Amino acid sequence: MTEAFSVKMYLRDLKLPFCPGCGAYTVMHAFLRAVYELGHRDLSEFVFCSGIGCSSWIPSPYFMADSIHTLHGRSIPVATGVKLMRPDLNVVVFGGDGDIVGIGLSHFIHAARRNLDVLVIMVNNMVYGMTGGQVAPTTPFKSKTTTTPYGSFEYPLDAVKLAVAAGANYAARWTTAHPNELKEAVKKALKLQGFRFIEAVSQCPTAFGRRVGFRNAGEMIRWFKENSITLEEAKKLSEEELAEKIVAGEFVQRHRPTLTETIYTVVKEALRNAEN
Amino acid sequence: MGSVKPGVYFWQGSVACAEAAILAGCRFFAGYPITPATEIAEHLSKRLPQVGGVAIQMEDEIASIGAVIGASWAGAKAMTATSGPGFSLMQESIGYAFMTETPCVIVDVQRVGPSTGQATKCAQGDVMQSRWGTHGDYSAIVLSPNSVQEMFDLTIRAFNLAEKYRTPVVLLSDEVVAHMREKVVVPPVEKVEILSRRKPKLGERAFFGPDEVPPMPSVGEGFNVAVTGSTHDEFGIRFTADPLVHRRLVERLNGKIQNHVNEIADVEVYNIENCRVGIVAYGCTSRAVYDVVEEAEAKGVSAGYVRLKTLWPFPEEAIRKLAETASKIIVPEMNLRQIFYEVERTVGGMAKVVPVNKIGGGELITPEEILGKILEEA
Repeated sequence: MTEAFSVKMYLRDLKLPFCPGCGAYTVMHAFLRAVYELGHRDLSEFVFCSGIGCSSWIPSPYFMADSIHTLHGRSIPVATGVKLMRPDLNVVVFGGDGDIVGIGLSHFIHAARRNLDVLVIMVNNMVYGMTGGQVAPTTPFKSKTTTTPYGSFEYPLDAVKLAVAAGANYAARWTTAHPNELKEAVKKALKLQGFRFIEAVSQCPTAFGRRVGFRNAGEMIRWFKENSITLEEAKKLSEEELAEKIVAGEFVQRHRPTLTETIYTVVKEALRNAEN
Repeated sequence: MGSVKPGVYFWQGSVACAEAAILAGCRFFAGYPITPATEIAEHLSKRLPQVGGVAIQMEDEIASIGAVIGASWAGAKAMTATSGPGFSLMQESIGYAFMTETPCVIVDVQRVGPSTGQATKCAQGDVMQSRWGTHGDYSAIVLSPNSVQEMFDLTIRAFNLAEKYRTPVVLLSDEVVAHMREKVVVPPVEKVEILSRRKPKLGERAFFGPDEVPPMPSVGEGFNVAVTGSTHDEFGIRFTADPLVHRRLVERLNGKIQNHVNEIADVEVYNIENCRVGIVAYGCTSRAVYDVVEEAEAKGVSAGYVRLKTLWPFPEEAIRKLAETASKIIVPEMNLRQIFYEVERTVGGMAKVVPVNKIGGGELITPEEILGKILEEA
């Protein structure tokens, strides 16, 4: 008999910490739904690593699973050690934009370059939410935040393009206005190997939305929906026009050899030679 | 091939450290190149794959210790090696390893600081960083080898202490001890004490208390372990505001080291019951004391020493014993007074504590300089 899907199948009996309207609920749901549809009835084959920030709370300690809640920005290095010593486990990293491409950016690039076998899900709410709404590396140009009261004077980073350039085997961007596409991307990524990156553009009505003119989470989701375009559509737009848009979709899917494969090829050969 | 065969070897300190790590069961190394610690990474990069282990060069020292922590939770004995600048970068993660009770070994081969200082030259300036480098209330276990043999022996001990107490352990070496070559005796493996972390039994759920050193599961074993550097209860669940949960956790974490000082703090002593002048020394500087006490006695001054093989927790008992007989205690260090103040605090006025300090250029404190101070004070 098949058990009907419920997020509770995978959660500890704890109250979730997110604000009303937070996009983390959508991302959590999409991830667990993907896990369910892939046939996992528990999370025993997974290890979750996260850093510091609201979205790092998605797995830890709420998932009934092994989870390592690391320091700010350091989830990917810790995931590296876990994966290299337990290549049989599915290692999934959850983090925010500040965690993954702010303080932890170097680890992100190098993990993609090495093609480390982890799935990184970055919840991009375009702001440092947990500390109250400061400018992030992903904040749109001219946006008002608590540390850019006159509007941000910096340009945001495109984490998906960066992952592609650095060598990721899979990279996709969806938003909380695309829960089904997000779920399908997770399913696809979990079936692939190597460094896999999914950016989930997400709303923070509490620390960002209300400062940039949105009255509630619904308005932000509508904004995502109306401003999202496909990669095909993006090709026709100028750089200025693109700055106003969210390019959603699958940016790369390839099968470069993964770090686990390359490193254990070396280890097995050295071991064999040493024994002879 | 496996770990090194018993016998007598002529090794560099770094090689002795690396081979001892493998013998102790280390199967994961992550590091970043830095003088004068690079040789440890190089040797382990060659040797670990030969025993089925993994060595990886990370993008920086923060990533290195992060990977070591991850490997430890995946069940491996794991190590990194660095020098002062890299050790500074690792401090936040050392606090994380302490808070999450993650066994791991960090080798710091000291060089001249602050900052880039004199990268190839020997110093002992990281003594206090090794004790107080991370933020918050914590206790450190720090070992101080003074020979290539001790690079071997104390590396094994560092792993044993890390596993036994579930805490990060620092092997505080220095450029001289890590780079020089000496004879090393490797005993048969069955004669070497090798400890491993206590594992939980099926169904156990408390991995962060209430036991003084709780059992440690690995990820992927079905225990659903929740690891966090935030204040947490014995089940790993965050309590970010409760004062009692924090006190219970952090007092236990400190207690598991401070309540076992007698077992952890290791010293080599000579003539401390009868000496008029005592020496307290450690690391490369302590290599001079053997000659110094002989020469002092030849000149009619009864001298003794306490050589600190453990720096932290500080071996107070041996220092107090020394102060009961010695009226003067000489503390030579290649820094501008670090252990000196600790000795002064410990003797509490029972003896006059006299510093001998030298920094820069890797110039060692000579036996003559220590002897001169002894004769001056005697």
